[in-house]
Amino acid sequence: MGDLVNIFIKSAFIENLALAYFLGMCSYLAVSKTVKTAFGLGLAVIFVLGITMPINWVINTWLLGENGVFQTDLTFLRFILFIAVIASMVQLVEMVVEKYSPSLYNSLGIFLPLITVNCAILGGSLFMVSKEYNFSEAVAFGLGGGFGWFLAIIAIAAIREKIKYSAVPPAMRGLGMAFLLTGMMGMAFMGLMGIDPAAFK
Amino acid sequence: MADVAVVEPKKEAIKFGKKERALLTDPLDDNNPITVQVLGICSALAVTTGMKNAAVMAVAVVFVCLFANVITSALRKSIPKQVRMIVQLVIIATLVTVVELVLKAYAFESYKQLSVFIGLIITNCIVMGRLEAFAMGNRPYESALDGLGNGIGYGIILLIVAFFREFFGKGEIFGVKIIGAAPEYMINTLESTWFGWYAGNNLMVLFPSAMFVIAVLIWAHRAWNPKLVDIS
Repeated sequence: MGDLVNIFIKSAFIENLALAYFLGMCSYLAVSKTVKTAFGLGLAVIFVLGITMPINWVINTWLLGENGVFQTDLTFLRFILFIAVIASMVQLVEMVVEKYSPSLYNSLGIFLPLITVNCAILGGSLFMVSKEYNFSEAVAFGLGGGFGWFLAIIAIAAIREKIKYSAVPPAMRGLGMAFLLTGMMGMAFMGLMGIDPAAFK
Repeated sequence: MADVAVVEPKKEAIKFGKKERALLTDPLDDNNPITVQVLGICSALAVTTGMKNAAVMAVAVVFVCLFANVITSALRKSIPKQVRMIVQLVIIATLVTVVELVLKAYAFESYKQLSVFIGLIITNCIVMGRLEAFAMGNRPYESALDGLGNGIGYGIILLIVAFFREFFGKGEIFGVKIIGAAPEYMINTLESTWFGWYAGNNLMVLFPSAMFVIAVLIWAHRAWNPKLVDIS
């Protein structure tokens, strides 16, 4: 259990997908103009990461691995299968949410399709493979990674809302400022690298 | 034997005029994938610690962008609208797998260093974005030009960012020492004084500096080309 908490903390703060690996930057920069929309996208990312990570783990180990169903190394199919899982899960999640919670669907609506091409989702799955996690670790990594991404997008959205009132040079307005801020937040998050994850065991 | 008149379907001639040139050059400046469209940032930040990796990545993206555009454009009339995202992603994923296997075979060192970021070309929003915005509605020839232009526009920014990061971070360009501590064999010679005075700035190698470099690039680009300034 301690190990899982450890992985959760590590993936949420120390190896934050957005601020340490800079994954999912496209939607991170595009949808962080207000806290409200950022909140919706962040929730959707946690949701989809938490669902696709275990599924991709199962596919990677039981279908593609050498000890899997086919007894051959099929890892070259990894990209295609992972992205197909992500795309179809997003579609499925969208349909389920639309049916059972129209209010949540209305707030998430446009962000769900966007998530298919959010690198944080595919990147998370690929990191999971390269770090050789087992099933429960993969779940913890998915949730932690999603939570870290959620925190990061909320934080930048809050800063961007405030910075509207500052006198920024015209050429730097909007996008340029968002880049600078993200860089600074990344530096701040580097400070967390000093945390010893072993302390949570 | 009477000749059977083959009725050629009427086609527009393939030519390279002003419009076609604009397709190729627009993404280099007015419509740059990174500094204007803000697509494909993720991989741009992660692989730019060295110019060599950036160059490999740029070539890979140009390849994927070009062929994904051509293939999607050729199939555009037979792709149903509802599942077009999945079809596009499968096309991209196939091309990326090709790139991955080629790199694994011929440039294993780069393959190791780029690791997951090769796979992330799939979700590189430029490729997908161009498929949605352009290839789904245009002929293969124009799509090829558009893909090529966007790939190159992306690659140029990648190389510029990588240049600053590698030069100031390690004092090297393409792995060749330019400034910084003198190499072993030069110590106590006159030549060693050319080096020595610069110590590599480690911050430039770390992730945040990529953000700063791109921020300054955007600033410079918009100051030079004021119609891009964000007025919202």
